[in-house]
Amino acid sequence: MKKAWGAGQWVTLALLVLAWPLASVAGVLGEDRADVLYHRYDGGGVTIHGPSVLVRKKLAEKYAISANYYMDMVTSASIDVEVSGASEYKEERDQYSFGFEYLRGKTTYNLGYTNSKENDYQAETTSFGISQDLFGDLTTITMGFSRGKDVVRRRDTVTDEIDPSFREPIDRWSYRVGVSQILTKSLIATMQLEVITDEGFLNNPYRSYRFVNPSDDRLFALDPEIYPRTRTSNAVAFNARYYLPYRAALHGGYRFFTDTWGIDASTFRLGYTHPMGPWTFEVGYRYYTQGNADFYSDLFERANQQNFMARDKELSTFVSQTLSVGATYDFLPNGWRFVKKGTLNLRYDRIEFEYEDFRDARFSLLPADDPSFRAAGAEPFYTFGANVIQAFVSVWF
Amino acid sequence: MKAVNGWRLAMGGVLVLALTGCGNIEPWVKPYERQALADPIMAFDPNPVSASYLDHVYEAREGARGALGSAGGGCGCN
Repeated sequence: MKKAWGAGQWVTLALLVLAWPLASVAGVLGEDRADVLYHRYDGGGVTIHGPSVLVRKKLAEKYAISANYYMDMVTSASIDVEVSGASEYKEERDQYSFGFEYLRGKTTYNLGYTNSKENDYQAETTSFGISQDLFGDLTTITMGFSRGKDVVRRRDTVTDEIDPSFREPIDRWSYRVGVSQILTKSLIATMQLEVITDEGFLNNPYRSYRFVNPSDDRLFALDPEIYPRTRTSNAVAFNARYYLPYRAALHGGYRFFTDTWGIDASTFRLGYTHPMGPWTFEVGYRYYTQGNADFYSDLFERANQQNFMARDKELSTFVSQTLSVGATYDFLPNGWRFVKKGTLNLRYDRIEFEYEDFRDARFSLLPADDPSFRAAGAEPFYTFGANVIQAFVSVWF
Repeated sequence: MKAVNGWRLAMGGVLVLALTGCGNIEPWVKPYERQALADPIMAFDPNPVSASYLDHVYEAREGARGALGSAGGGCGCN
């Protein structure tokens, strides 16, 4: 595997960290707040819902601590589950995150730890970041590094028991730099770069690639997917917010993504925020497009056709489009006791996924005399829509 | 190799800015001219709990990842 960083990069980073405090005068940490959120995703035969709770508190204006609990309750009968012949399954994921920030002059240092657990997957991530205000606070530079260690397990899809002989690790490294720049009295823009490297068992252990059935070429057969054991990705994002003279905000962004698996992707976002009395309304549109991974095929010609074989729709060529609407109601504009402000928030996102080389294999699983039957490789392309709802309360104290 | 050189160049550029620029550049938007930018509707991440949830929704269903501005965390989304 290619080494992610050489000694030169580490020396540069060390110099940078030492140089930054020279510019220090005084910065500020974020406000004390608590958020309680309920989320629900419903689409493609999958329902995921649960709570998320975040609390953030400053100590002596120099330190801040934060904690987040997040839960996913999953019920899945997705197209992948149906095509594999398995039955609907339920599972739960719990995630705890803790953060610590230290402000020294205009430099903020932060440390983070996240632990995520489900019965067949565990993930632990530690992160370190630094942020520095420069040039009369017109510019903020951020840098960060994360290290993740995951363990992939496998459940028996019939008995639901964890397979004791299957235990595969993944190591992850992430490097981030970002710049936030005030351009005019009404315009602020950011640029972010992130390089992520993974090494280990990167497959989904339940997914299969499909190939033409040697005994009947109208049908298909399945074998477990084989992924490369390394992946390195690069992403660069540009975002901007513009203040409109009648007190509203226009915001947009673009992200380009490329990785060593051959996936190239672009994400475009545009949004508009409009306050009206105690209300703030928001609308948004997001367009995402990606090309497939080099080792992706909807239908391989035969078993073991090549070294790596995948049929995950996440690695296929597709477009996703999202329309969002949101409303925030300020229910405590003048505060109450120790609470400075409180808001009620509701947000709805409708996402449409349109696949361009992932076919709906359920059509070739039908009896051959069914009028809807289509031979493997001639099924219609798969599409689905998802409804995403978030309801949350935020208080500042 | 190209990507590593690009990374080194970006880091070097940031270092030069950090060492030479501080205090010499006159802010062209004065602190008292930043009322509009300080308005809560101009915050890049006004609802972090909601933004990190949506990032997770997309990351589990799309090939792309990263450069989202959050600290990141265990995904467990395979």
